[in-house]
Amino acid sequence: MSPVQVQGEVLSIRRVGDYHAMTVVAPGIADGARPGHFIAVGIGGPDSAMVLRRAFALVEAQDRGVYGGTVEFVFAVRGRGTAWLAERRPHDPLDVVGPLGRPFQLPKNPVHAVVVGGGYGAAPLLALAEQLRSRGCRVDAVLGASTGERLFGALEAKRMTTAMAITTDDGSVGEQGRVTDVLPEMIERGADLVYACGPMPMLQAVAELAAAYGIPAQVAVEETMACGIGVCMTCVLPVRGTDGVTRMVRSCVEGPVFHADQVRFDAIGTVPADALGAPVVTA
Amino acid sequence: MTDVALVAAPGHDDAALGVDPTTVLAGVAYANPVFTASGCAAAGQELAQFFDPSLLGGVVTKSIMLKPRSGRATPRMAETPSGMLNSIGLQGPGIDAFLERDLPWLAERGIPAVVSIAGETAEDYVKLATKVRGRKGLTMLEVNISCPNVESRGQVFACDPAAAAAVIAGVRRASSVPVFAKLSPDVTSIVDVAQAVVEAGAHGLSMINTTLGVDINTDTLRPTLANVTGGLSGPAVRPIALRCIWQVHAAMPEVPILGMGGIRSGLDALQFLAAGASAVSVGTAVFGDPHAPLRVLEELRSALAHRGFSSAAEVVGIAHRPVDARVPEGADPPGDLPAETLET
Ligand SMILES: Cc1cc2nc3c(=O)[nH]c(=O)nc-3n(C[C@H](O)[C@H](O)[C@H](O)COP(=O)(O)O)c2cc1C
Ligand code: FES
Repeated sequence: MSPVQVQGEVLSIRRVGDYHAMTVVAPGIADGARPGHFIAVGIGGPDSAMVLRRAFALVEAQDRGVYGGTVEFVFAVRGRGTAWLAERRPHDPLDVVGPLGRPFQLPKNPVHAVVVGGGYGAAPLLALAEQLRSRGCRVDAVLGASTGERLFGALEAKRMTTAMAITTDDGSVGEQGRVTDVLPEMIERGADLVYACGPMPMLQAVAELAAAYGIPAQVAVEETMACGIGVCMTCVLPVRGTDGVTRMVRSCVEGPVFHADQVRFDAIGTVPADALGAPVVTA
Repeated sequence: MTDVALVAAPGHDDAALGVDPTTVLAGVAYANPVFTASGCAAAGQELAQFFDPSLLGGVVTKSIMLKPRSGRATPRMAETPSGMLNSIGLQGPGIDAFLERDLPWLAERGIPAVVSIAGETAEDYVKLATKVRGRKGLTMLEVNISCPNVESRGQVFACDPAAAAAVIAGVRRASSVPVFAKLSPDVTSIVDVAQAVVEAGAHGLSMINTTLGVDINTDTLRPTLANVTGGLSGPAVRPIALRCIWQVHAAMPEVPILGMGGIRSGLDALQFLAAGASAVSVGTAVFGDPHAPLRVLEELRSALAHRGFSSAAEVVGIAHRPVDARVPEGADPPGDLPAETLET
């Protein structure tokens, strides 16, 4: 599936707790979009001082309908770019590139899966849960956030899952604590597979738990990206290949979804000494 | 060489069809003057998802080294006003994988390749030039000398005219295609470095590489980049690039220049040609707009047509000529030409 660049139009923008959810009419992007794919949005128009796109996981993509192809994504205002985005209104133009990256891999058999989302990391998991269900999978969910305002998709997830747990750091909604406090209990209900999206420390903790239970996990990472299309090499992280060799791989084209046991979480932000082409340290 | 580039793309300005975009760099003819920039288009494959790279003058590939290289720690990137800092650290697969996979991909599609090479010693560059010599698709070498010289306590080649000249002299002997030296703006006199590499045998010059900068994260109050410093690129550096090209073209008008630094529109590219560049590379703009190189080409052709020019070649260095000699007879008045400050 080749990505396309589309001059889209904002259909709607709404507040969801501390986040903003935006739907954009962007024909062509939804064709072939699957859960885990992301889009890259241009900020501020052609003469903008913000020269880089911002990447967002797709919440939903519809390839037909009244508006002929829409994409939905969710974001938190974290800087000037997302502040600009939060000020967009229906009918404003928006330049969108997508679908980008490698999506979640779906199991062939009707297995029992747990999806784990941290904050707006829940975004791609809703569509994923729906697809898993349509394949006859049992889906349980654990959603966590710092506060209730930063939970995303709890209502939708509840509809789609058999069992669900919520945790918040401040205890304002669900149990006080981290997703990994309740994840063992969820896994022990017979999970075969874990999918996770959220902050890197959460992904690392989920990966360790899945490994401890001996079940596979797929994680969607969020790295700083300049291009989103594989040409700049800014978005790399250390990943161990099936050949056992660690490489600094581009999360925008080889990810954002990885097999958790291949990501060198301990070495993120560094170039591990055993990585292919790592600098030779001479004493 | 491909002639597809002369075919109009959809949505083309008809007047632009009257403009001959062909460009000659050190004796090599290219279909037009718009190229990708090293490190901003990998080796062309990814951009081919958005447009046909054979429509460009050529693809300048990411600087390649002798061995696979993992690059620097992350974060490697920070967006800055009208630009960005990067500290990729020349991550790449090494010359052997490049010759096996990337260069053939370009050659098979008739995309002229400008291969950028980077080394840690003068000897590395010679070995690289020897390895690419005679390969199908190769039209020119761009020698990235903005690299630390391990034999000189990490001093960047491009900042030391003698070291830069030594690299170029070696590459020149090993190469059968034109050799362009890519210069860094972070020097006291770019003209001195340019002269040194041209005397050493460079057929042309690529200007500019990024200029060193720092960004501080105001939450952590620490440098944003793991490497602390990074190279600044994008529209923020455009006046610096134009200044470098201006100075070098004024000093050595016969030396061809491949210009880059902040180009994101056809009018930007036009400024580079007028300042003395024979062709341009579009780098950082690709990250904001994957179609940028092709769009810049189309806009440049329209801009040339609307100013009454019949070829790209005739504007090269035009800004250095007296005002009344700049616009051909019978041309439309140059309504939106930027006011020039001609200081010589
Ligand atoms: C992410 C990134 C990677 C780059 N990698 C290289 C490289 O490998 N070799 C090189 O000669 N220049 C490299 N450059 C510099 C560009 O080729 C170009 O000279 C510079 O960015 C100015 O042009 P621009 O403003 O259009 O990007 C890189 C620039 C960026 C932004
Ligand atoms: S963001 Fe540019 S290579 Fe991944």
